[in-house]
Amino acid sequence: MNSRYSFGGDEHIFVECDEAMSLEAFFKSLSITKAVRTAQIRGVTEICPANASFQIKYDPDIIKPDDLLRELKSIEAAASGGHSSLKTRIIEVPVLYNDPWTHETLMRFRDRHQAPDMTDVEYTAKINNLDGVDGFVKAHSGAPWFVSMVGFVAGLPFLYQMVERRRQIQSPKYLRPRTDTPKLTVGHGGCFGAIYSVRGAGGYQMFGITPMPIYDPNQEIKYLRDFMCLFNPGDIVKWRPIDRAEYDQTVADVEAGKFAPRINNVIFSLDEFHGDIDGTNAKLTGALYGH
Amino acid sequence: MVIKVIKPGLSTTVQDLGRPGYYHIGIPISGGMDRFALCAANWLAGNKEDAAVLEATFLGPELEFTSDATVAVTGAELPPKLDGQPRETWTSFKVKKGQTLAFDFLKAGARAYVAISGGVDVPVVLGSRSTYALGALGGHQGRKLTAGDELRLGSGGEIAEGRTVPARLRRAPGSPTELRMMPGLYWHRITELAGRYFFEDTWKVAPEADRIGYRFRGGRPLDFVPREPPFGAGSDPSNIVDACYPYGSVQVPGGTEPIMLHRDAVSGGGYFMIGTIISADMDLVGQLQPNATARFMPATMEEALAARHGRQRLLNEIRESL
Repeated sequence: MNSRYSFGGDEHIFVECDEAMSLEAFFKSLSITKAVRTAQIRGVTEICPANASFQIKYDPDIIKPDDLLRELKSIEAAASGGHSSLKTRIIEVPVLYNDPWTHETLMRFRDRHQAPDMTDVEYTAKINNLDGVDGFVKAHSGAPWFVSMVGFVAGLPFLYQMVERRRQIQSPKYLRPRTDTPKLTVGHGGCFGAIYSVRGAGGYQMFGITPMPIYDPNQEIKYLRDFMCLFNPGDIVKWRPIDRAEYDQTVADVEAGKFAPRINNVIFSLDEFHGDIDGTNAKLTGALYGH
Repeated sequence: MVIKVIKPGLSTTVQDLGRPGYYHIGIPISGGMDRFALCAANWLAGNKEDAAVLEATFLGPELEFTSDATVAVTGAELPPKLDGQPRETWTSFKVKKGQTLAFDFLKAGARAYVAISGGVDVPVVLGSRSTYALGALGGHQGRKLTAGDELRLGSGGEIAEGRTVPARLRRAPGSPTELRMMPGLYWHRITELAGRYFFEDTWKVAPEADRIGYRFRGGRPLDFVPREPPFGAGSDPSNIVDACYPYGSVQVPGGTEPIMLHRDAVSGGGYFMIGTIISADMDLVGQLQPNATARFMPATMEEALAARHGRQRLLNEIRESL
C-alpha cells in the first residue's frame, strides 16, 4: 500500500493511503495522523484523517511546503509496520428503522431513486440479497461499525461496517441528491453508513433515525457540553434497533437532560480482528454491555 | 453600544478571520470570503485586523446606530449612505448616535465588509465570532441577520474619519477573472486533452455560488481515464472513496460543472478534485457574481507562494499607509 502525496494548493498536503477502502487503509490514515498530531509540527493548523486518506493544512509562511512533505514522509515510514491497535470507545446508537420521518422524506423524492416502488430499506435489502426488512435490520445492526471519518458537515460520522467485504452492505446514492434529509437520519451510500448531524441536502439511502443528538452547537445537551460533536475518527458504533415507544421516551429523556449515551472504552487490534472477526466483534459488544 | 438591524440585506453575516482547528470533525474555518478586504476594513475603522465585521452579500443591510462609531466599507462596490447621504467605500467615516447606515445598489463585486469601531461583539465560539450557518454555529445566533436583530459592539478608540486605502492598493477581480490553480489531487483521473480544455475554456459562475462553494458552467465536459472502480468509491468515474476536501479545491462531479469550495466548505466527500485555487486568489472568488466569467490558469507552488507574498506585501502597505 503505497501512499500518494499531492499538494492541495499552497496550504494543504493531501495523502491518499489507498485508492480503495479497507480497514488497513483507514488504520494507516489514523496512525499517521496521530503521529503527526504528536509531532506538533510548527505551522500545521489542521490534521484531518479520512476513510483511506488524510489531509494536513499548514501555513507556508511558517513551514516550507517541501519541508513538511519530507517530514510527513518520514513520519509515514516510521509509522509503517507498527502494531495496528487502537485505544478507542464503543458507542451505542439506538435506531428506529423505517421511521415515519425518513419515510415521509423518501416518498417525496421517489422520482430521484433507483426503485421508486420500494422504500430505501426494501431496495437495499433486495440488492444485497437480504431477507426483507427484518433480514436487513439484522445485517445492519448485527456487527459494529468504525467511524472512519467525521465531516462533510459538522459532526457527521462516516461509518465502515466491521465484517468481511462480501458481507458489507452496499448501495448506490440516489440518482439525484435530495434537497432534504431529516436531522439524525441513519443513511448509507457506497459501503459507508452515516448519521446526518444536521437537516439538509443528501444523497444517501435513508434507513431510519436515531433519537440521540450527535451535534449541538449550543452545547445545551448534557453529554455534548464538553464538546459539541459526539464522534471522533476511530470511534466504534453499535446500532441497536428500538421501537417507537423507546424512540419517544429517549427524545423526552434527552429533552429533560436525563439521557446519556452508552459508551465504553475498548482496545481494538486489527490483527485480532482479521483472525476472528465475529469473535472480536462479540468482545467489543460485550465491553459495551459490561459482559 | 448596539446597532439595530432595520433590514438585513440578502445574506449578511458576522465574520472574522475564521475558526481553524476543527475541520477534522467537519467544522470549516468560515470567516470572511475576501479576507483582504476584511482586514482593510478593520484597519480603517481602527480595529485589529481580526475583529468581527459584517459581510453583506449582493445587497446591503440597513442599520441604526445607538452610539457614535467609525465605520468603513470595503470589498464590493456597495456604496454606503448615511441618513441618505453618500459615503465613500474603502474610506472611514463617522456615524453619530441615531443615524442610519444603508446602501445603494451593488456596482461591482459580490461581498462588502462593514467594519465598525470596536468590532461586532457576538460570543466567541471555538475561538471565533464567524458565522457557520450550515452548522448553526457562531456569529449572531448561528445564522444570517434578520430584521429586528440587535448587535452589540466592542469598545473602540477614537479614529479620525477620512482614512482611505488608495485605489492602487485595493484588490478586485478582473473580467474574465484569472483564477490560478495548482493541478493535483486527482488530476490524473482526466485525460491530457481534458486537462488542456479545462484551462483553455472560459467559465461562467453559476447561480449556485455561496459561502460553501462556487459552481462554474460553460466549459467542455472532462473525459476520464478509464479505470476499474476501487472498492467503496462508487461506479461513476468522478467518484472516489470519500476523502477530505482542501479549501479552494475544485471538484467536478460527473466531469461537467467544476465546484470550488470556499470558507464554509463541506470538509469531505466522494467526488474527485483536479486541483486547488491558490490561497492568494481565494479573496477574488468571494467577489465574483453569478454569470461573471473566469479562466483557470495553471500555477506552480513557486508561483502560488510568490502570489501569496505579493498579497501580504500589499496588505502590509495598507497597514503602514494608515
